[in-house]
Amino acid sequence: MNRKVLTFIVAALLLALPLLLGSVSEFWMHVMIMIGIFSILSMGLNVIIGYAGQFALGHAAFYGIGAYTAALLLINYDLSFWLVLPIAAVVTGFFGFLLGTPVIRLRGDYLGIVTLGFGEIVRLIFVNWVDVTRGPMGLPGIPAPKLFGYTFSGKIEFYYLILVLVIITYIVINRILHSGIGLNMLTIREDERLAASIGIRPNKYKIMAFTIGAFFAGIAGAFWAAYISYVSPDAFRYMDSVNILAMVILGGSGNLAGSILGASILVITPELLRYVSEYRMLLLGLAIVLMMIFKPTGFWGEKHRKLNFYGKAQKGEGK
Amino acid sequence: MLFQQITNGLTIGMIYALIALGYTMVYGILKIVNFAHGDIYMIGSFLGLFFLKELQVPLYVAFIFSAVVTALLGVTIERAAYRPLRKADRIVPLISALGVSTFLISVAQLIWGTEMRPFPTTFGAKIYTVGSVTISEIQILILVLSCLLMVGLHLFVKKTKIGTAMRATSISLTNAALLGINTNRMISLAFAIGSALAACAGIMVGIYYNAVYPTMGYMAGINAFTAAVLGGIGSIPGAMLGGVLLGLVEALAGAYISTQYKSVISFAILIIVLLIRPSGILGKKEIDKV
Repeated sequence: MNRKVLTFIVAALLLALPLLLGSVSEFWMHVMIMIGIFSILSMGLNVIIGYAGQFALGHAAFYGIGAYTAALLLINYDLSFWLVLPIAAVVTGFFGFLLGTPVIRLRGDYLGIVTLGFGEIVRLIFVNWVDVTRGPMGLPGIPAPKLFGYTFSGKIEFYYLILVLVIITYIVINRILHSGIGLNMLTIREDERLAASIGIRPNKYKIMAFTIGAFFAGIAGAFWAAYISYVSPDAFRYMDSVNILAMVILGGSGNLAGSILGASILVITPELLRYVSEYRMLLLGLAIVLMMIFKPTGFWGEKHRKLNFYGKAQKGEGK
Repeated sequence: MLFQQITNGLTIGMIYALIALGYTMVYGILKIVNFAHGDIYMIGSFLGLFFLKELQVPLYVAFIFSAVVTALLGVTIERAAYRPLRKADRIVPLISALGVSTFLISVAQLIWGTEMRPFPTTFGAKIYTVGSVTISEIQILILVLSCLLMVGLHLFVKKTKIGTAMRATSISLTNAALLGINTNRMISLAFAIGSALAACAGIMVGIYYNAVYPTMGYMAGINAFTAAVLGGIGSIPGAMLGGVLLGLVEALAGAYISTQYKSVISFAILIIVLLIRPSGILGKKEIDKV
């Protein structure tokens, strides 16, 4: 089938979905919205892991920073959501930059553990900085977004908002990755020394990947705060970082559309398995292990470039 | 006050050291961080609880049973989740380990529930006072048993033939195999010893805090990993030194700086050590080969 026709059909389906689902069940609209949020998160993480090849384990922290920034601005300063959304994204992106700068010297598992530690420190700050964050009680009563005097109240409005945000995220990240920046990141992922030897500054692009990933996590966080109208440290734990990571891995790291697929699978499956919900994490753990053994590139991993000078010889060497 | 904190710090530091040994032995050979190690420690603790409570065995038998079963678990995990990935990129076993960790936590939650469970033993409640320092029976047990286990491990690794084979394997997997060492068996052995030590630590912590719960392995795992990195990952004496140092720092910082941010301290130490001296105190500097 023609690619354009396919895109058109998918777009039409996504646009018409509230008409089909919205009347049937509010609940499935909520599931769709959650898929949207996690798609943005996993696409952002995919830039860091799949493209720049940096194993980061603290993505929920960026999500949390975005959500708390948005919540605090919306509650305390009564700003418009449309202003808060970019501010939260920029603030979170800045934190990505701050974290990225010292840790890019680390590699692989060390980087994973340090970013995990960063995630935990951020969460502890949410819990313990009671004056600002109200600690474990969280921040309730975040006002809903307004557009030309119209207040977002139902799930359908939020669905269209997140749909727009997902599309913007996809297009922006896709353009970045298909520019020289993306190619440089791929070169660094494949071989950092080679990249450095041909004049690509690895550190610059690694920091850039962290900043981009955090920026979009900030958007997802701000949306989440406005949508659920309540933030608490519980939504940004270590397990949430693992969940986002699993989305990237199961979907296929190095492929943006794979991240959306991964997010869809990992949001829908637990809902379908509600009657065995206590086995949810067990199955997730098992799925991750099996995936690593049998198909480490994920369900929809990137296709390898056809022109490969080294063929298979480079695998496993030079590490 | 100061001596009291030092005693408490030493106690918890010994626990960190025992868990850290598991990280460091596996890393020494395979160069992977066994992310699930903290959860193996948690399972060990629950198994100890199970043997004490359901089977009503004496404490020392619970230690032995739990250590043996946990060792088998560690070996099984290596077989199932790490061995098939030996040739893969370094990031792959790490993700697999995250899967194992998630799996173990949910297994524990399914079997034993999510709440904290007390340890059904009267042992360790007795308290001795030496000068201004109070020390409980369980603290003495932790200090003595940990020292014994670590000295035993040290002698095993340095003096026996199998220990020599293990050291050879950790220096070079290929060369050890060429010399006729069954390297797979050495890897299994490293997992078995590490898991058994973690199980002992788990039971002692369970008695010390009188609480066992499925997510207890997370913080303990992070702290122990910090200890391993602090001492120099891959080095067995390093893990012991790192554990004790971290326990002391944590206890003193908790007493004199802030209890709320106590767990931030180990993360901060970890990050600083990794950035400034990634090879740790006793670790060998690894040359980054192209």
